[in-house]
Amino acid sequence: MNGFLAILQRDLRLALRQGADSVMVVAFFIVTTTLFPFGVGPEVNILARIASGVIWVSALLAAMLSLERMFQADYEDGTLELLTLSPVSLELLILGKVLAHWLTTGLPLIIAAPLMAVMLNMDQDGFVTLMIAMLLGTPALSLIGAIGAALILGARRGGVLVSLLVLPLYIPVLIFGAGAVEAALLGISATAQLQIMAAILLLTLAAAPFATAHAVRQAME
Amino acid sequence: MHRFAKPSVFLKFTAPILPWLSALTVILIAAGLYFSLIGSPVDYQQGHTVRIMYIHVPAAWMGLFCYVGMAICGAMSLIWKHPLADICARATAPVGATFTALCLITGSLWGEPMWGTWWVWDARLTSMLILLFLYLGYMALVNAFDDPERGSKAGSALALVGAVNVPIVKFSVDWWNTLHQPASIVRMDGPAVDPSMQVPLALMILGFTCYYFVVLILRVRLELNERRIRALHLSGMFEDPETPASANEQAYEAGHNAEAKQ
Repeated sequence: MNGFLAILQRDLRLALRQGADSVMVVAFFIVTTTLFPFGVGPEVNILARIASGVIWVSALLAAMLSLERMFQADYEDGTLELLTLSPVSLELLILGKVLAHWLTTGLPLIIAAPLMAVMLNMDQDGFVTLMIAMLLGTPALSLIGAIGAALILGARRGGVLVSLLVLPLYIPVLIFGAGAVEAALLGISATAQLQIMAAILLLTLAAAPFATAHAVRQAME
Repeated sequence: MHRFAKPSVFLKFTAPILPWLSALTVILIAAGLYFSLIGSPVDYQQGHTVRIMYIHVPAAWMGLFCYVGMAICGAMSLIWKHPLADICARATAPVGATFTALCLITGSLWGEPMWGTWWVWDARLTSMLILLFLYLGYMALVNAFDDPERGSKAGSALALVGAVNVPIVKFSVDWWNTLHQPASIVRMDGPAVDPSMQVPLALMILGFTCYYFVVLILRVRLELNERRIRALHLSGMFEDPETPASANEQAYEAGHNAEAKQ
């Protein structure tokens, strides 16, 4: 457990001192979302209709953008090699890194999401559900993304590759995330979608650290 | 199982099978095509367009079959580290991707006259599209490393992770009720297709499966031979002391080494 906390602290401190990364993710999210009114036209009804999907897709892309640096810097300077050799289980350390990644990218996205929802003219009924859905969905994005980020270690053009690997696996989160908000906007209970999102989160929480640890280990061989 | 994992055993074992399997494939597909295009009745509602089914369903089956095969090969290569499993998985991916694409294309050709649309965002269609993306991701990943072994290992992990999509494809039509018809062949109370259509369909499915194994054997042999040539080149077997290796080749090797060092 100490190792987990230590790596969490280290990654958070690194993220805070470098600062820019976290801000970049939110900025990317906001810029992408703002592109949609230009693309589909500023008509209020249309924007309100597509708001939940737009927010989710932008969040997905923003989360993906930050994946590459999850392990890359540690891989290049040798830290990752030391982590694999440490007596603490690598799965736990990876969970720490994922949590740090979520705190620095997922959480800011959740905070920025209602702002974008207002800008896209989304109905207020959907706000709470949007927050809950993102709270359940973004950790799953970080967990799934960790697998992709670990798989591309040492690959050529890894940044582009990770999108091809990770985005197909993100689709369930997108479907149910947007579906939950959609249901709430229609005045139907979104419990079913939120439960499925919780299930996805639990499943990725159980499986992703092992897959990621495996990928990291074989990158070290 | 482990006995067959040696490349030499694989070559020896498959050499006599290959011609028979090829012949069987030709017979099955020829018979299947005859029955599906001429010998089977016209559907009372869909008319001749129903014949698209005889390509569409086997292609969909192969898309899933190849992915499961790839995931199993991936698991085998991770657990037992058999190089042959890696080669099989690599050899399967393009075949599976092609079948998946074929399924999507024939599906849209069928959908246009039947549903009045080329494409709907239905669960079955979407999960099949994701399957295609997974194949493409796998192929991009295994080729993204300078060390092919490293690529295979990363690919194995991805193939296993992506396997969650396979049951989603299979059960999507039962879980979500949309345009795509529910399962009509593999289901609890037996197939819901008339025998006159079931026979050509079964022939085509068997034919496609045999075709896959023929292609798999050919591709694995090709890869093994390529590796052998590479190994011989590296060990300097081909270098004749009288005539030095061609300048081109030396330049290529030098370039390759420089690339590897970068």
